[in-house]
Amino acid sequence: MCAASHPVARRDGLAVLDAEEIRRALTRIAHEILERTHGGDGVVLLGIPTRGVPLARRLAAQIGEFERLEVPCGSLDVTMHRDDLRLHPARALGRTELPPAGVDGKTVVLVDDVLYSGRTVRAALDALNDLGRPRAVQLAVLVDRGHRELPIRADYVGKNLPTSQRELVHVLLTEVDAQDAVVISDTGGAA
Amino acid sequence: MKRHLISAADLSRGDALLILDTTEELARIADRPIKKLPTLRGRTVVNLFFEDSTRTRISFEAAAKRLSADVINFSAKGSSVAKGESLKDTALTLEAMGADAVVIRHSASGAAHRLSGWVQGSVVNAGDGTHEHPTQALLDAFTIRHRLKGSQGSQGSGLDGLRVTIVGDVLHSRVARSNVLLLSTLGAEVTLTAPPTLLPLAVDTWPCSVSYDLDSELPKSDVVMMLRVQQERMSAAYFPSVREYRRRYGLDATRMARLPDHAIVMHPGPMNRGVEIAAEVADSPRSTIVEQVANGVTTRMAVLYLLLGGTEFPAVTS
Repeated sequence: MCAASHPVARRDGLAVLDAEEIRRALTRIAHEILERTHGGDGVVLLGIPTRGVPLARRLAAQIGEFERLEVPCGSLDVTMHRDDLRLHPARALGRTELPPAGVDGKTVVLVDDVLYSGRTVRAALDALNDLGRPRAVQLAVLVDRGHRELPIRADYVGKNLPTSQRELVHVLLTEVDAQDAVVISDTGGAA
Repeated sequence: MKRHLISAADLSRGDALLILDTTEELARIADRPIKKLPTLRGRTVVNLFFEDSTRTRISFEAAAKRLSADVINFSAKGSSVAKGESLKDTALTLEAMGADAVVIRHSASGAAHRLSGWVQGSVVNAGDGTHEHPTQALLDAFTIRHRLKGSQGSQGSGLDGLRVTIVGDVLHSRVARSNVLLLSTLGAEVTLTAPPTLLPLAVDTWPCSVSYDLDSELPKSDVVMMLRVQQERMSAAYFPSVREYRRRYGLDATRMARLPDHAIVMHPGPMNRGVEIAAEVADSPRSTIVEQVANGVTTRMAVLYLLLGGTEFPAVTS
């Protein structure tokens, strides 16, 4: 969530996960998704822009590699459903792109980079509600940093990262930031 | 972005691109089963129309409703304006009812600007006299980009290098003025083509070129935008006869054949079929006239979202 509101993430700060660890975390999540959904049948991966989208694609690619199974993959923009719209100037919208088969009756796995207050996920559930009626909705995040403000939890977590609320967690991904890393920095040092 | 949208000149290239990109994303919602978004829930948009209009009013109404705003329609006919209430008093009344945005159409140029000094909410100009109609220019720019550059990968790109020819009654056209300002901001080369009597006096200060010969402009145009001959605003004889106007400046099938293959024909509507545009041109696949109406709703959604969706502006700044 944090990373999404700072398009240009800072590269300094303490690196918590490097590229190899991110890859391993995603591999594990991909296996867990296959396990929990009994072989990945009827699964649709929906990434939340910005960085949830490449994560969803990577998961889809890994599932494809393990099971020779093509998992539909898309993106779900939640901007118009956020509860904090009036606290910021109007934001540019991200893209919502559903796989051609839609989400009705499917098991939708929402994918995001950081789980923090849970408000983004709440907005995503609302946005999804307008798009169809999935059989079940699950949540996969690369980093869970705690401090939930809503009764929401992730089904698949790359890394649990205990943080203080003064800190910022940035997920950097090659597709967006030209490198793979998870970086934690202090609010005082951030722009 | 500024708090009001009065003139296309208020928009920087960045603002205009943000609106076009937002429109592009919102256009995808039109294909969904549920076309409504909760974004402006609890906000009130007043449509203040002192002049007859169907498409613009309905377009703004549909846009506001798709964003879940409450819409109050006000038309001068059958209202207290007919009893002699001034614009200011009408505005203050609406203000007292808690309007977050006022969309105004008025026959006097500058009405939207005056209104913006009286109300707290955002003012959107939906056409003031012969001055401006910025949302029409935005939807035209969006239609051009969508048609000529595609919906994929056109994000963040302007209209650089495209040649747009605007033909007809520029003198009475708020659409033409807004389009010249916006399209040149976005990098297009705009040429106005009209009889000398239908060009405004200060046209040489506009960011565009002028030509009196439609036939020589057609082969190099990517876009031809036909303007309506506004008989209701014409108190003097601007051209000898409709027949002569049609022969020199009307777009018929023969003229359309001189356009490059990819070129599109636009018209802000309502059309005078058989005057500035022939029926077979208006109904041809190159005409974007119906598309423009559909894009109008989406563009106005983008404008309302960007003006009202974010932080409330402090009351003092303008």
